[in-house]
Amino acid sequence: MTARDPEPLADAAPESLRAAQVDRLTRAWRAPSGWRYWTEVNNSDVGRWYTGAALIFLLFGGVLALLMRIQLAVPENDFLSADRYNQIFTMHGSVMMFLFAVPIFEAISVLVLPNMLGARDLPFPRLSAFGFWSFVIGGTFVCGSLFFDAAPRGGWFMYPPLTSNVYEPGVGPDIWLLGLSFIEIASIAAAVELIVGILKCRAPGMRINLIPLYCWYVLTVGVMIVFAFPPLIAGDLLLELERALHWPFFDARRGGDPLLWQHLFWIFGHPEVYIVFLPSVALVAMILPTFAQRPMAGYSWIVLAAIGTGFLSFGLWVHHMFTTGLPGVSLAIFSAASQAVAIPTAVQIFCFIATVLGARLTRSTPMLFVFGSLATFVIGGLTGVMVALVVFNAQAHDTYFVVAHLHSVLIGGALFPIVAGLYYFFPFASGKQLSERLGQIAFWFVFTGFNLTFLPMHLTGLKGMVRRVYTYPAGLGFEWLNLLSTVGAFILAAGLAIVVVDVVRTVRRRGHAPRNPWRAGTLEWLTEMPGQRWGLRSVPEVDSRYPLWDQPDIVRDVDEGRCYLPDAEEGRRETLVTSVIDATPIQCLRVNGPTTVTMWAAAFTGGAFIFSTFHWYAAALVSAMLAAATIVLWLWTGTATIPEKPEKDIGLGLTLPLYASGSASVGWWAMFIMMLGDMTAFISLVFGYFFFWTARPDFLAVVDGPGTGWPSVALVLALGSWVATVAARRANRREQDAAFHIACGAGAAFALASGVALLAAPAVTGMDPTLHVYPAIVWTLAIWTAAHLGLGAVMQIYCLARRVAGRLTPRYDIDIGNVTLYWHFVAITVAIAVAVMAGFPLLS
Amino acid sequence: MRSASDLPERRRYLVTLAAGPAIWTIHFFLSYLLPAVWCARVAGRPASLGAVHVTILVATVVALLLIAAIGWNGYQRHRHGGGAAPHDGDTAVDRHRFLGFATFLLAGLSGIATIAVAASVLAFAACRP
Repeated sequence: MTARDPEPLADAAPESLRAAQVDRLTRAWRAPSGWRYWTEVNNSDVGRWYTGAALIFLLFGGVLALLMRIQLAVPENDFLSADRYNQIFTMHGSVMMFLFAVPIFEAISVLVLPNMLGARDLPFPRLSAFGFWSFVIGGTFVCGSLFFDAAPRGGWFMYPPLTSNVYEPGVGPDIWLLGLSFIEIASIAAAVELIVGILKCRAPGMRINLIPLYCWYVLTVGVMIVFAFPPLIAGDLLLELERALHWPFFDARRGGDPLLWQHLFWIFGHPEVYIVFLPSVALVAMILPTFAQRPMAGYSWIVLAAIGTGFLSFGLWVHHMFTTGLPGVSLAIFSAASQAVAIPTAVQIFCFIATVLGARLTRSTPMLFVFGSLATFVIGGLTGVMVALVVFNAQAHDTYFVVAHLHSVLIGGALFPIVAGLYYFFPFASGKQLSERLGQIAFWFVFTGFNLTFLPMHLTGLKGMVRRVYTYPAGLGFEWLNLLSTVGAFILAAGLAIVVVDVVRTVRRRGHAPRNPWRAGTLEWLTEMPGQRWGLRSVPEVDSRYPLWDQPDIVRDVDEGRCYLPDAEEGRRETLVTSVIDATPIQCLRVNGPTTVTMWAAAFTGGAFIFSTFHWYAAALVSAMLAAATIVLWLWTGTATIPEKPEKDIGLGLTLPLYASGSASVGWWAMFIMMLGDMTAFISLVFGYFFFWTARPDFLAVVDGPGTGWPSVALVLALGSWVATVAARRANRREQDAAFHIACGAGAAFALASGVALLAAPAVTGMDPTLHVYPAIVWTLAIWTAAHLGLGAVMQIYCLARRVAGRLTPRYDIDIGNVTLYWHFVAITVAIAVAVMAGFPLLS
Repeated sequence: MRSASDLPERRRYLVTLAAGPAIWTIHFFLSYLLPAVWCARVAGRPASLGAVHVTILVATVVALLLIAAIGWNGYQRHRHGGGAAPHDGDTAVDRHRFLGFATFLLAGLSGIATIAVAASVLAFAACRP
């Protein structure tokens, strides 16, 4: 109990007042009707759409898998041509990883997290909606390519030179690179939303030692996305520059090196495996305690496992490159780290076993899938330790043994828990319960089918069958193994079809499940059946890890509006912002409602990427400008809005401010996290520069460098702009209007001049980026940095305009605070870029 | 035992939670990049890793000392006022103990992983055996 603890609560308000409160909450959170329903941004709607879309992509990816299995059922089959097969296996991997595995985690989190945290919504609902629409547009575009025989053919990891325009001249790889980059940006946006949500939007009293384990996993995975996706975006940028403009990053004849792609891809790709796996384990960590009816054993140990796996997963990427000829010492390091990651992974599995040991488990579909998951994942984990050994890896590399291993960890570690989560959270999401009988039948189909498909594959691989080849000759001993795998794949598919039938049937059925049907202990199960659009009737004070088990009157108190924020007096959507460690309430945050602006922003951003695929650069530029304009409109009308009063009473005698700026504002945190990701992408490009330097002894010798003159000018101007931004923030606080205007204007001028100076450096020294990789990477660093300077100038002008329009004042100063934060990062970016471009050649 | 008001929330404890693994990460990248650059640009592949070994050894000792200090500090917080897991009380003291215990556990994992990585570098006498 804390000093702030409001218990015992006051009596409930009179019936008439409560009815009026419900009426106001309903009106504030009401969704638009007709087609305008799709402009809704509320997490429960966006979360449902997002989950549905990701599941549709799962089915699409699954159908592709079946087509491959039909082709491989018998030797020398001609069901699919080699080219069609290549497109299908590329799309199968890409769809499953980028359009199902990562988005489904974000979808489920957007859906359940607010209720689990005791929040009405996540802090940036429009960002979630933007992410969703980007996902749908990008995903449809990428998948659509298959129907026009235009899909990429290079495998889901797109290795150049196979994917360079010499060997794959069509638009396939461009569709992959640009379409998926677009989705990756949306994924990072969702990660920002989830991280800030967990850190800042918990129910009062939900201290950091009391948050649901799901949140620890999502927090870890969010941070992993912020550091893992940017290297791939950097790689995509380089490969697309090579394909579109012939800059030779991966062309060995002109100084490039295809291995750089493998590094950048797998620095993303290996953490990605854990980005997929950890949220699924997180579902297990929510399901197990419910069915064991006891708290999870070893809470702190699971936190160790989540965070430890998150870190170690960044030290594993080279184990995908064991056969590329790296020095033995490098391979050994990655082999050691790959085995070390087994420790935290095993710790959490032991915690799960400890939780269910001796518990009287209820037999149910979610538990069946959880057990199936644990068994399958352990098998996949053990073969993982095998392929982490360099010598074994050299034998198994590129064979079906690896296919069997990766499907065991991904289907066992991710798909099974997701189906368990589907059955578990279905009543939460729809108010209805799926059929227990069909669920159990589906499980046995899925489990049997899975093992029949993938267990024989270990042997197929050890016998020497390589992956990604569209057929095989008879007489090598592969026939019966492949036939078995194909039969298994159809049984697995039949199981998933039963799940789909069950979902469709249940959605159409009348009647609702009882409240908290599984007798769970966490806050999301306070939801009514069906759930209300405003989430919780009032926001309770949390005293326990399992409040529904330990706080006896919590349902009554919440329902009677006896806790915080029982009303929406001003008709606005509101949620609480609390402190990071102890969840002390610090702000009542107004969140935005329905809008078309997010759809337009996603459509125009998508247009910029999609038109570029077909080299329609004028259309792409127009689309990008429209996207920029839409986003500025979104920011101008929907963010940092000055409230009509400084603070409001949120009930239980607590009055909170409606506005917070600087590091107290959620926007500042979002900017900080976004810029960490941005900085990671930039560092990946810098890594590229040094990679070429280590790989090619003549890297700096072939052409002249950019000199020191223009880069130095650029650095001085950029630092001037940075100082001007800091001065502008100060002037604003001190109510010095003229100084603020001058600082913002001068800052923007300096920033633009700095960008021009930076681009002048390689231009005046005549560096031709198509000639050799050295000028190409210097140009890339210069353009990247100049673009950030340009964006910085836009932000400074935006602040100037906001101040003039009275939307930014000495007291209400979120904008300039966040722009200053952005400029801290830009100053570091420019300093590094200049040090690398101009300074490093001097040293060597 | 100190009262709850003696343990105000401090974000630095959340940062400390990740400090052990962060040290592992720095040590890991040093262990990977130093031999890679040494072999590619300085000494050549048949060359001895002798000088690299000394540097990695020093870095490993420093990393392990730092991780041990973080772990010890975490352990002290875990045992604050004679506490024992699961630290699931709604009190500042339990929150303090929990963050300490998680820091301690992560430091342990980071220490093991650091030793594993350093041992792999030290096992190689030359860039290519």
